[in-house]
Amino acid sequence: MRLGLMGKKVGMTQVFDKNGLAVPVTVVKLGENIVTETKTKEKHGYTAVQVGGFKVKEKKLNKPELGAFKKKELAPMEPLKEYRVDDVSSYKVGEALPLETILTEGMKVDVRGKSIGKGFQGTIKRYNAGRGPMSHGSKFHRSMGSIGAGTTPGRVVRGLHMPGHMGDDNTCARKLTVVRVDAEKGLLLVKGAIPGAKGGLVVVTPSITKWN
Amino acid sequence: MNTIIKEIEAPLLKSNLPKFDVGDTVKVFVKIVEGGKERTQGYEGVIIKHSGHGVGETITVRRVFQGIGIERVFLVHSPRVEKITVQRRGQVRRAKLYYLRERTGKATRIKEKVVSRKEKEALAQAKAAPAKAADKAPAAEAQAQ
Repeated sequence: MRLGLMGKKVGMTQVFDKNGLAVPVTVVKLGENIVTETKTKEKHGYTAVQVGGFKVKEKKLNKPELGAFKKKELAPMEPLKEYRVDDVSSYKVGEALPLETILTEGMKVDVRGKSIGKGFQGTIKRYNAGRGPMSHGSKFHRSMGSIGAGTTPGRVVRGLHMPGHMGDDNTCARKLTVVRVDAEKGLLLVKGAIPGAKGGLVVVTPSITKWN
Repeated sequence: MNTIIKEIEAPLLKSNLPKFDVGDTVKVFVKIVEGGKERTQGYEGVIIKHSGHGVGETITVRRVFQGIGIERVFLVHSPRVEKITVQRRGQVRRAKLYYLRERTGKATRIKEKVVSRKEKEALAQAKAAPAKAADKAPAAEAQAQ
């Protein structure tokens, strides 16, 4: 897996490109992204780097979690995420991930996050189903229609679109262009919308090399 | 608004914009690219809508040209909008002047706003300043049509 960076969605605005055209962008405030552990083939059976996203107060973590940070003499961080890499020798515990080498202006990135929860929704909102007439004597408004035939097949087909919980899913917005990287302030401007509510956790990873 | 977003927007905002509101007659000087060359075109009309804030602030300017109503939306802080000058201040009682769409001729007149002498002088000065650019604009406009 490619290395990524954790951040928080700040909100949307627009900036101007060199032709003076407005570009819609989402602002991401990147976290500290400090390496907390390196996993090696000999000890763990696989190679990876474990990264802490944001520095948090001690009271936010429980005792076992705090113990792990104390042992490594690190500030408490949350959340922890692992990235599989082939060679861990270049990553040292306590050092931040190299922002400049991971993200550069103009490259394509994938942004993963949790979509905004919509609660229990019907088929109209959830699956773009149609609805019946709301008036003129109609008694069929927003409910589902038939869910299948009778004796044959005698059951409801699997995966049928029905009402249920919508949103709050892990979603990925792929192939978004990086408009600006501000390493000093830890800000990232990505063209277009990204999943999640403001303040939500997002992971920005470079898109597959085909596009970069 | 979020302080981080404000920080990002701050350098993009124009500081030399005149005070304008719905009902005012304004002249917007827009940069357009024509045949690989860039030049400025003037567009005069009445502001019928003023919306948004920050970088996303826009005005909708309506004018009747050859009997056909034209409405253009301008991103106020866009670098392509070179300059905006207020030609006439209007006194209106609505925030959105959509009613102008259904009216023609004399009915579209808007009462002039009574402003202080100081403001009046400033207005006249601003109007006189882009005179050169304005001379060029109508001819250019005819070309574009």
